[in-house]
Amino acid sequence: MAIEIKMPALSPTMEEGTLAKWLVKEGDTVKSGDIMAEIETDKATMEFEAVDEGTIGKIVVAEGTDNVKVGAVIATLLEDGESADAATSAGAGTKDDSPKADAKADEKKPADKVEDSAHPSQEKVETGARQLFEAAKNDGVQDPAIPEGTEMVKTTVREALRDAMAEEMRKDGRVFVMGEEVAQYQGAYKVTQSLLEEFGDRRVIDTPITEYGFAGVGTGAAMGGLKPIIEFMTFNFAMQAIDHIINSAAKTNYMSGGQMRCPIVFRGPNGAASRVGAQHSQNYGPWYASVPGLIVIAPYDAADAKGLLKAAIRSEDPVVFLENELMYGRSFDVPKLDDYVLPIGKARIMREGSHVTLVSYSIGVGLALEAAETLAGEGIEAEVIDLRTLRPLDKQTVLKSLAKTNRLVVVEEGWPTCSIASEITAIVMEEGFDDLDAPVLRVTNEDVPLPYAANLEKKALIDAKKIVATVKKII
Amino acid sequence: MAKSPAPPAVPLSNRERPADPKPFEATKEQLLDFYRHMLLIRRFEEKAGQLYGLGFIGGFCHLYIGQEAVAVGLQSALDGDKDSVITGYRDHGHMLAYGIDPKVIMAELTGRAAGISRGKGGSMHMFSTEHKFYGGHGIVGAQVSLGTGLAFGHKYSNDGGVCLAYFGDGAANQGQVYESFNMAELWKLPIIFVIENNQYAMGTSVNRASAEDQLYRRGESFRIPGIQVDGMDVLACRGAAEEALAWVRAGKGPVILEMKTYRYRGHSMSDPAKYRSREEVQGVRDKSDPIEHVKKLLEAEGVTEADLKTIEQDIRKTVNEAADFAESTPEPEETELYTDVLVESY
Repeated sequence: MAIEIKMPALSPTMEEGTLAKWLVKEGDTVKSGDIMAEIETDKATMEFEAVDEGTIGKIVVAEGTDNVKVGAVIATLLEDGESADAATSAGAGTKDDSPKADAKADEKKPADKVEDSAHPSQEKVETGARQLFEAAKNDGVQDPAIPEGTEMVKTTVREALRDAMAEEMRKDGRVFVMGEEVAQYQGAYKVTQSLLEEFGDRRVIDTPITEYGFAGVGTGAAMGGLKPIIEFMTFNFAMQAIDHIINSAAKTNYMSGGQMRCPIVFRGPNGAASRVGAQHSQNYGPWYASVPGLIVIAPYDAADAKGLLKAAIRSEDPVVFLENELMYGRSFDVPKLDDYVLPIGKARIMREGSHVTLVSYSIGVGLALEAAETLAGEGIEAEVIDLRTLRPLDKQTVLKSLAKTNRLVVVEEGWPTCSIASEITAIVMEEGFDDLDAPVLRVTNEDVPLPYAANLEKKALIDAKKIVATVKKII
Repeated sequence: MAKSPAPPAVPLSNRERPADPKPFEATKEQLLDFYRHMLLIRRFEEKAGQLYGLGFIGGFCHLYIGQEAVAVGLQSALDGDKDSVITGYRDHGHMLAYGIDPKVIMAELTGRAAGISRGKGGSMHMFSTEHKFYGGHGIVGAQVSLGTGLAFGHKYSNDGGVCLAYFGDGAANQGQVYESFNMAELWKLPIIFVIENNQYAMGTSVNRASAEDQLYRRGESFRIPGIQVDGMDVLACRGAAEEALAWVRAGKGPVILEMKTYRYRGHSMSDPAKYRSREEVQGVRDKSDPIEHVKKLLEAEGVTEADLKTIEQDIRKTVNEAADFAESTPEPEETELYTDVLVESY
């Protein structure tokens, strides 16, 4: 029986992609390891290799087709002795090779799929990260500062970050980007895409894999008067460099009595990604937010990513800018303005409500908004606050909201111990005690290293259901 | 040890290398200038040690006594308008060699508002952006990556400057030093890595800590040439600086200078002095003292005992004034606790 070759996923969050090019044609024989096609997504291009031996029967999806769903049959492979006719009949299910049929095939829920044990089909595993990712569709209210009638442009977080860097690099010759794979590779997560082309290799600099070293080089360059943007492939790797971030960058202005500045941005993805295990899944927000001398920003949507990164690059202070891999591909409205810069240190009310305040930041905001939606269906109006900046923390917005709702829950995609949630709780005890009608509760990840197994990972991470359940404990 | 002539660098290949440096041919005026600076460092540090004992200086205090020829010889070759200097925590000497006012350095040691870091840095954290002196860093080896960043800045801005990054034989075993070596050579950055090999990392001798104890060779696998220099001879130091600067300014990338030197005092003020013998220290003082060496050269140039005495008296006066100032000038206002954490307000 002919083997169905299916559209592969290049990452756990990929839903569709472009079949850029076929490198084989019908009738070609292939063996395991031969490259059959090139698949593209917005962040990567990958060569797709044959796993089985045989002859290409039918190419179902033509090259150059966009939006091919993951798992859709793109070709059939004939095993020894099979004829092309057999292939046609084998491919009968997808015989009408229109994109419509592919889409339909993919609409089947993973649970409905009948597994062919020999050739299991692609399946989207229910993971915790997927929930985080899905919730990120939630869009909040826009910042009030945008003038009436401003055109809004759907932009991914990834593009917004890139645009922020490009705009600031055009404005200020001292700004440069340095990190692993930021130039020729276009960024491990494609955040620096096309910067090399525009600014050249003097200002977009690939480094060796040497986090401690290049964090120090960037910090030294900032001390010498430049404005570096140091990209960490992920903040997990920045632990090798944390000495320079804290001891060199954060403290020097103070230790020098205000003489030596260090205007540098350390940026990169932070927090849990998807199924990458404990060493690649950690939220460093609370770590950096505990350090005087640093600015710590963790945006949620694309407009904030752009407006706050621009502000970070302009700041005379060292900034840790925490992005989220799962958010990179999400699109949000970004105001089309020549110079969209947001204030550092100001939280944002994403949704107004009167019964309970949900405080969150980064990817947790999406879940808080989703939970608020569910709660609204049950008559509970939750006010959702996105902190946006973790240091300095906008206490006033939190306390003002608490004064209105008298109940507060902190939602944080991170560990509970010594967390931003702990900090908010302490602030509320010290400065908002009289406004409390119920104890402050926290919804955080479980207090364990993040496991790999999909079911365990899902259990370890926060989700909207946990938020709803927690809110109900105090209402 | 220190006095032995530097062995020629053994070429590992036919790559181009800097020429063996020649001792600097100093004029009498230049020699006098070296002498004054070295003596200033010696007397300043002796005074600092004294003030530490009296409780005027707290925390850590690392003295530069014995190593004076290195900072003075190297920094006298720099172009003060363009070149930058960075070092570790044993930083008083490098600042004095640069002509920074001893008063503000001593006042920083006593933690006073008039100190160069307004009393907030202390011995290990002093800076002078005006002199392109970038610290004063307390984490062993950090200044090597930071200095590589300064050199990156010189190249990026094309300002013609070179960074002189000092570190010790102890720091030479830190991983980030080699990360920096790699990038510096890869990008041909204008930097001179100066290893001040004073033989002891705290109490651990080079031989007990370094598999390759010829530290000038530590750059070979990165293709960075190294030169071993008699760090007790100010003319050898200056000569090596000239050669290294010519190499770096020609765009040939970094170079390593291993300065064989010796610290007479303990690692810091609280040093048990159990790891080496008193005879060893006395031996170096008697045979290789860098200041006595210049003194002899000056005498040969016809400088009289009386002239040298006048210099000595001048310097003692300067140091005493610095100490008086540092003891009497006020501590920072309490409000200073909260300033300079961030540059901007948010």
